[in-house]
Amino acid sequence: MSEYRLVFAKEGRAVWISHLDLLRTFQRAFIRAGMVIKHSQGFHPHPILSFVLPLSVGQASGCELLDFATQEDIPGDEIVRRLTPCLPEGIRALACQAPVKPVRELDALQAEVRLTYDGGIPQGAGEKICALLLGEHVVVEKRNKKKRMVDTDIRPMIRAVFAQEDDRDLLLSVTVQAQNPGVNPALLAAAVERHLPPLRPDAVQVRRTAMLDGTGKLFR
Amino acid sequence: MDKKLERILPRVQKPARYVGGEYNAVVKDKSQVDTRVAFCFPDTYEIGMSNLGMRILYGVMNNMEGVWCERVFAPWGDMEEQMREHHIPLYGLESGDPVGDFDMVAFSIGYEMAYPAVLNMLDLSGIPLRSEDRGTALRPLVIAGGTAMYNPEPLADFIDLALIGEGEEELPELIALYHTARAEGWDKPRFLRTASGIQGVYVPSLYDVTYHEDGTVAAITALDGAPEKVCKRLIRDMDGAYFPVKSIVPTTEIVHDRVTLELFRGCIRGCRFCQAGYVYRPVRCRSKDKLVDCGIRACEDTGYQEMTLSSLSTSDYPELVALCDDLADYCDKHHVGLSLPSLRADNFSMDLTERMARGRKAGLTFAPEAGSQRLRDAINKNLTEEDLMESLRRAFSKGWSSVKLYFMLGLPTETDEDIIGIAEMADHVVHCWREHASNKARGVRITVSTSWFVPKPFTAFQWEPQISRAEYERRVKLLREHMTARAVTYNWHDGDTSFLEAVLARGDRRLGRVLEAAFRKGAHLDAWQDYFDLGRWLEAFQGCGLDPAFYANRTREKDEIFPWSMISCGVGDGYLWRERERAYQSLTTPDCRTQCSGCGANKMVGGECHV
Repeated sequence: MSEYRLVFAKEGRAVWISHLDLLRTFQRAFIRAGMVIKHSQGFHPHPILSFVLPLSVGQASGCELLDFATQEDIPGDEIVRRLTPCLPEGIRALACQAPVKPVRELDALQAEVRLTYDGGIPQGAGEKICALLLGEHVVVEKRNKKKRMVDTDIRPMIRAVFAQEDDRDLLLSVTVQAQNPGVNPALLAAAVERHLPPLRPDAVQVRRTAMLDGTGKLFR
Repeated sequence: MDKKLERILPRVQKPARYVGGEYNAVVKDKSQVDTRVAFCFPDTYEIGMSNLGMRILYGVMNNMEGVWCERVFAPWGDMEEQMREHHIPLYGLESGDPVGDFDMVAFSIGYEMAYPAVLNMLDLSGIPLRSEDRGTALRPLVIAGGTAMYNPEPLADFIDLALIGEGEEELPELIALYHTARAEGWDKPRFLRTASGIQGVYVPSLYDVTYHEDGTVAAITALDGAPEKVCKRLIRDMDGAYFPVKSIVPTTEIVHDRVTLELFRGCIRGCRFCQAGYVYRPVRCRSKDKLVDCGIRACEDTGYQEMTLSSLSTSDYPELVALCDDLADYCDKHHVGLSLPSLRADNFSMDLTERMARGRKAGLTFAPEAGSQRLRDAINKNLTEEDLMESLRRAFSKGWSSVKLYFMLGLPTETDEDIIGIAEMADHVVHCWREHASNKARGVRITVSTSWFVPKPFTAFQWEPQISRAEYERRVKLLREHMTARAVTYNWHDGDTSFLEAVLARGDRRLGRVLEAAFRKGAHLDAWQDYFDLGRWLEAFQGCGLDPAFYANRTREKDEIFPWSMISCGVGDGYLWRERERAYQSLTTPDCRTQCSGCGANKMVGGECHV
C-alpha cells in the first residue's frame, strides 16, 4: 500500500462544488481511472480521502491537497495522467507524491482576495484597507465551535496583506494562519465591509494560491 | 461564466445545480453546430437529472451531427428571485447561453403538476407564453413530449407541437425536418403543417375544438391535412435502442444518483387505474446480455457504485434470475450495490430479494393499492393477501423489520368495508411480525400510506369521477379511526394537489387560460408543497368562468368525446370500456403472457406482441 498527496486546482464552474460533493466526485474519478483507494474497515467500508484544508464553496484554488492511499504502488505522475481525463471541468490534477510533512505542520495559507468596484476603485482604497487589516484589531463575526456567530478578532491570524490594482479590480494578496485557529480569507473582505463601509466592494472573489509550512516553503 | 451569474450564486442554496460542467456533460464547438436545442425539464435539477428519458434523449440528440442539446431546469425560488432581480434570463447549463437564442425549446413533461413550471420557464427565457404571440418565424420552436402529453390539451395554447410516445426516433426525424425547413426558408406555419405528417407529432393549432352547451366536447376537426388521430411512436427493438452508457455524473447529489438499467418498456399486468400500464404497451424487453454489457460499461464509465433495475414490474422480466446472477458477479467484485425495485409479493421475488440483500436489509415496499380482495380484483391488481403474508413471514424471519404499504383511497366501487380492510391488513402484518420476527428486540416499522385516486386518460377509469374532497376526507378519517396498532404509522396524501392533478389530467384546451391566470398569480413550481397554493388556482378558475369539478368529479358518458380523443396510444376506448365493465363486476383480466385480451396495442408492433 502507498500513501499519496495530490495537488489539484479547483477553478471555473468547479468552484461551486461543495466539500462533500467534491469527496464524492473524487471517489468516482478514482473508480473511472481504475484505481483502488484504501477503504475504511467495518460494515460499510468507504474510501478514505482527506482534503488537507477544506475549501469554501465559491472560492477557487490552484493549490488544493488531497491525501489518500492506494492498494497497488503507482508512480505519482501516472496517477496524475490517469486521473486527468476522469475529472469534471474545472478540476485539474497537478502533481502527486508521497506526503512530505504531516498535516499538523501546515502553517500558512496564501490567497488572492479580489475586490470589484463597479464604479471604479475608490480613491486610496488600497492604503486604507491595508491599514485596517494590519492595524491593532480586526473584529469580524465568525462562527464559534458552538455554531453561534460571535465577534472575533482575526488580526492575530493575519500575517501579510499587499494591495494592488489589477484589471480595474483591487487585488489583495494575503497570507493568513492556516489552522489552530485558521481564518478564511473571505473574512478579510467581511472586515472591509464592516469597518470601511464606503469601501464596500460590489463583488468579492477568493483564490487560494499556496499552502506553506512553518519555514515559509510550500507545504507538501 | 457570466459575471452577473457569478455574483448571485453565493446567495442561493446549492449553487452547483446552476452551473453545469459535470463529468460527461456535452460541450460542442459552436462553429460546428447549426441546430441548438434547449432541453427543458420543468422541475428542479435534482428531479430532472434523475429522469431516464432526459438522459436518453440528451444522448440521442447530441449524437446527431450539427446538433447541440443542452439541459435547462427550473430554478428553485431563491434562484428565480435573484435571476429576475438581476435580469438574468434562463440559460442552457452547458454553454450558459440564453434559452431565447436556441432554435428549439423542448420540454419533457412527466406529470401535470409541472405545467406551471413550463410557463414559468418560458417567461424566464423571455419567450412569449402563447404560440400565437410568437409570430411566424421558425425560431424558437417550442415543443413538448413525455407521459403527460398523452393529453396535451391543457398546454395547447403554449406549445407549437407535442411528440406523442417514445422520442428516440421521433425527435431526430423532427430535427431533420427542421434542418430542411431552415435551409429552404420555411415559416413556422408551413413547418408545422409538414411536421404533422410525421407519426406521433401533434400540432394543437391544426385542430379545431367545439363544445356543447354543457361544456363537453362536441367535435374535434383536423385542419390543413393533419391526421384525424395522432398515433404514438414507440421503439420496436430495445436492443437496438440507444442506451446512455456515457451519462452525466452530477457533482451535487440528485434523487436517483445511480446507473439505471431499463429492463423493458410496457407492462403485462393491466392494472385498471394505471396510465403507464396502458400507454406504454406492448411489452418490449432488452436482452439479458445487452443489459449486462450496458450496466457494466455504464458503471465503469461513470464511476457510480450503485445500479438499479428499472421497469414497471421488475419481477416480470423473463430472465431476471440469470440477469441478477450475471450482474452480481461484477457488482460483488467492484463494490457496486444492486437494487431491485418494483418487485411483486411472491416467492420468486423473495428468493431474489434475499439473495441480493447480502447482509443489508433495507425496507421492503409493497403496493396492494386496495384493502380487500374484491376491490383488488376490481382494479385488476393481481396480488392476494396470502402472497403478501407469505412474503412477509419469510422477510420477518430473515431479519427484515421495516415494511411500507401503499394504497389508494377513492378507487371506483370502493366501500367503507374496503377501507377498513386496509387497517385490518396492517393489523395482520403486525401479527405476522410478532409470530415470525427473528429479532423482536429491534422492533418493527410498518408504514401505511394512502393517496387520493386520480383518474387518468387512457385507463379503464377515464370515465370515472374523482370522489369529492369531503368524501376523501371522510375516508381518511374512517381509516385513521381503524388504524389502531401502535407499530403502524399512517400517512395520507394532501388533498389539494391530487384534486388539481385530477382537473389537469383530463382537462381540455380551455384550461390554458386558467394555467396562465394561475401562473400570473404566482404558480411557478407547484409540483412542490413549498410553493403550491390551491387558493390561487380556484381564483383562476373563477376568473375564467370554469368549474374545476366539471373536470375532476364528473362521470363521463360512454360515447363522450374526450379532449384527448385525437390522440391514440394503441389501446382502444372499446377495450378500456370493457375493462371498466369488468371492474364493476370484480372480474379480473389475465396478464398478457397468460392470455392476450385484445387491447389493440399489438398493431403497434406489426401484429404480434413478444411478451
